[in-house]
Amino acid sequence: MFEYWFFVILAAALTVIISLPLYRVIAGPTLPDRMLGASAIGTKTMVLILLIGFIFDRVDMFIDITLAYAVLNFIGTIAIAKYLTSGKEKK
Amino acid sequence: MSGLHIAALVVLAAGSFFLLVGSVGLLRFPDFYSRCHATGKSDTLGVMLLVLGLILVEGFTLNSVKLLLILTFVGLTNPTATHALARAAFQIGLKPRFRRYDSGKAPAEKKED
Repeated sequence: MFEYWFFVILAAALTVIISLPLYRVIAGPTLPDRMLGASAIGTKTMVLILLIGFIFDRVDMFIDITLAYAVLNFIGTIAIAKYLTSGKEKK
Repeated sequence: MSGLHIAALVVLAAGSFFLLVGSVGLLRFPDFYSRCHATGKSDTLGVMLLVLGLILVEGFTLNSVKLLLILTFVGLTNPTATHALARAAFQIGLKPRFRRYDSGKAPAEKKED
């Protein structure tokens, strides 16, 4: 029971922490700043999904979701990084 | 509560502290590259500590093996993604900020879209 409330409090704290890179996504001066904030949000959301799995006692389902989310976050960041440099090859 | 649970709680609190430090660094640093420096390392360490604490809570099951897989994956890919973003920003001409009163923005002839 104690672990349950600790996980709830930790998930709430993690939600507050996620709102800090959200400011960088909204008001970032350049495009890589926004993408860095989005990547940081995705990394923290991964842990949040795991904590939700522990809170609802369905860890075996939520771990697979977390693995897929980690792969998608990484692929998305790499794709944006490749897209940023794609038109600049000729110079 | 056994000693393992207390160790897990300490590790979870340390991980969330590192995530908070990385987020504040992402918010407060003046430059894109210093923001990369803040969030690339402390976020990786924070997420790895949090997943390690969840492994300690879970015990020795199949789920903890999968959590170990997640921990390894985050430790490999999160610095790689940050490095790829910093390299892309350097290639499109985003200047690092050296002095205190630089603007820190891209030069006017190299807009990124």
